Amino acid sequence: MSSYLDSMPKEDNISRVEFDNGLALLVYENRAVQSVNITASLPAGSIYESPERSGLASLLASALLTGTLQRDFDAIHASLEDIGAALSMRGQMHKLGLFGKALAEDLPSLLATANEALRYPTFPAEHLERLRGERLTWLQYSSFDTRYRAGKAMREALYPASHPYHYGAFGDEATIAAISQADLRDFHAKHVGPAGMILVIVGNVARHEAVQLVGETLGDWQNPAQAEPLSVRFPAAPSNPERQTVFVPGKTQCDISMGALGPARQAPDYLAASLANSVLGEFGMMGRIGKSVREEQGLAYYAYSHLGGGYGPDPWVVSAGVNPENVEKAIDSMLEQIERLRGEPVSDEDLADNQSYFTGRLPLRLESNEGISAQIHAMESHQLGLNYLSQYKDKIYQISKQDLLQAAQRYLDPDNMVIAVAGPQPESAPA
Amino acid sequence: MPQTTRHTLANGLTILLREAHSAPIISWWLGYRVGSRNEPSGITGSSHWVEHMMFKGTERFPAGLLDREIDRAGGQWNAFTSMDYTMYFETLPADKIDIAMAAEADRMANASFDTAETESERTVIISERQGAENQPTFWLAEEIRAAAFRVHGYHHEIIGDETDLRSMTRDDLYAHYRRHYCPANAVAVAVGAFDSAEMLTKIERFFGDIEAQPAPRLFARPEPPQQGERRVWVERPGKTAFYEICHRIPAAKHEDWVKLKVLDNVLSGSGGASDNKTSRLYQTLVKTEIAAGVGAMIQPTIDPYLYSIIVTLRDERSPAEAEAVLLAEIARLQADGISQAELNRARKQAKAAFAYSTESVTEQAYWLAQSFVLEQEDWFDGYLERLTRVSAADVLDVARRYLQPNQRIVGILQPSDPAVETAKETA
Repeated sequence: MSSYLDSMPKEDNISRVEFDNGLALLVYENRAVQSVNITASLPAGSIYESPERSGLASLLASALLTGTLQRDFDAIHASLEDIGAALSMRGQMHKLGLFGKALAEDLPSLLATANEALRYPTFPAEHLERLRGERLTWLQYSSFDTRYRAGKAMREALYPASHPYHYGAFGDEATIAAISQADLRDFHAKHVGPAGMILVIVGNVARHEAVQLVGETLGDWQNPAQAEPLSVRFPAAPSNPERQTVFVPGKTQCDISMGALGPARQAPDYLAASLANSVLGEFGMMGRIGKSVREEQGLAYYAYSHLGGGYGPDPWVVSAGVNPENVEKAIDSMLEQIERLRGEPVSDEDLADNQSYFTGRLPLRLESNEGISAQIHAMESHQLGLNYLSQYKDKIYQISKQDLLQAAQRYLDPDNMVIAVAGPQPESAPA
Repeated sequence: MPQTTRHTLANGLTILLREAHSAPIISWWLGYRVGSRNEPSGITGSSHWVEHMMFKGTERFPAGLLDREIDRAGGQWNAFTSMDYTMYFETLPADKIDIAMAAEADRMANASFDTAETESERTVIISERQGAENQPTFWLAEEIRAAAFRVHGYHHEIIGDETDLRSMTRDDLYAHYRRHYCPANAVAVAVGAFDSAEMLTKIERFFGDIEAQPAPRLFARPEPPQQGERRVWVERPGKTAFYEICHRIPAAKHEDWVKLKVLDNVLSGSGGASDNKTSRLYQTLVKTEIAAGVGAMIQPTIDPYLYSIIVTLRDERSPAEAEAVLLAEIARLQADGISQAELNRARKQAKAAFAYSTESVTEQAYWLAQSFVLEQEDWFDGYLERLTRVSAADVLDVARRYLQPNQRIVGILQPSDPAVETAKETA
């Protein structure tokens, strides 16, 4: 058995090729499996759309696989499903994401379909109408989903209407209804191109073969009209924001979403904030929040915190689902834990536990093709360096209790956190 | 392909071992042959609640200790309760697995079931159920189960009826635990980077002293034959209608189960990671804009269960339209069977799906643990071969025998459309 450190993805065993058109390809061989995974991102997410066309980038992502100059909908999907492969496109906030999986022998076919969908989509009208109907059904269903509604209300209050994060990547019923075929074509022409594209291939494939395959498919792609990538500003935090309450009929439980502006992945204090978040609502049974709200008080099945840490100021969120009569008690308990995290350094034991947790979980995260792809993609897209995983342990153990305290104080201010609650009207709650 | 070895300790514990040295990880599972099907009325949800109580600790491993130790080691652990079984697992760096083995051995016999902890967990579980109730489809699923199974324990949700969750006592739960948590009713599975002989010695050291007791006589009442189609109608606030049609199918160890799995692949395309856009139901329901989505579920179960197809309707389309299409597709299948191309696609998808679903040690261990509870030793190692032996004639045969109108359970979720209101208050 080779040692774990030998096989950890790093500069020595990842082939990185940057093509003339701006596409960065990263390949890692994993001979322990029969399959191959592709993960890609292009700078064509919803931050590039206008509020009036909210949902455009994600609708475009779904429409890329509905028809191309070469093949119609049925032929595209038959080519994938006949070989048990999967290929999907997802519109995210900053990026258009591409995710594919196939048996290793079918990588050429998978890449050919991905290439065709990205470069030569025709956006057939009948499929746009079908996708629009499916999206509207999803939005209508979600409008009665308390967890979705609490998260949406939190996001809309945390980010001003002038900020792209104010809007959901999936749009709303009015904007989805307004998107035309011309909008899709225009967005595709301006934003979908090889510049800034990152493609990661992991699996049972020789590195040189993967490089050659990508060269033969995406290597000659050019889009001179492709716009420059955008970055997103850090908005001002809301001051003493109003509580957001959404009444959703027919529900038995309330969902609570409390949010603050969190650090981007590239922020110098991201790892410190991430460790602080783990102490607050992740480590063990959902950290200190889980211990208080679930284990000690029995108020909730789920109560935890999550730090986004993406390309911009994603929210740092504390969530719980509780009976309506316990909403205030749960919010007070969660705020109390946030105050504690800001008010005093974590213990030596807390820091050591969480440092050990962060470094110890790497082998599991690197067990699957998807896990390895995600780590390599993160190293490339956030410019962490391809030896980031090798240096990760040192980075984590350099972080001090004071760093966690400062991160909590910088990002988590209870007075300025947005609190949103979605659930039944009080009188309709069960006794 | 790695080999699986099977062993049995003197106290009756079944052991399945499979070495896999691709990563320095071991996945360790303990499965008990008890689930919601074994719960009489009055203690519905007890298997799931017992599973929660196992995380409340023992004298040697108090609550929270294992959370901490396993997270410190960078591992993952969890548990889940199904209709047929309860599973516990830990996946850890190979050199840290001993603590998980020691803890599982200890809580097989010595879980505390502290009264105050039991009460605290009562409200957590009720909250879990209420969270599920917030999804309209939960209510539909619960009604369909109840309609399909009048006698058999599959008739209630795994989480249990709320009235039982409010009335069950600590002693009810402890009795359920003592009755079912014993070596003869359990399987221990390890997959990963270890030497099998050393692992077996270790398991004997941790589990060998646990007192033997006869395997419990499981509460299980067979469902009497269904005498005609059954229908349920559920109304919940919302905007989206759902239509579900279920047919009775045999247990996983029955030779027809795998043929029905291929049938499902052709109808709904449930081929693991593969999409389903070439499937018959996608083509006739989603592409035609009647439905926003269609999915199907065929679960391997100990006793005969249901093959269900659920349709998410688009706005202004009716359940009756979905039903007409579904019944026509079933009739077409029963008249003409499937093509060779469809069979070939199903086989390739099965091969790919099996490869994807067995790449991690955790997934392999789950497959092996399932083989024990389903009483089918080659459930994992023989799965693909069984599936690829299915012929087009087999699919036609099971379509005709199992998709019968008088063996159907149909459910409709009809939404009402009240307003959602947003209020703002100063914090």
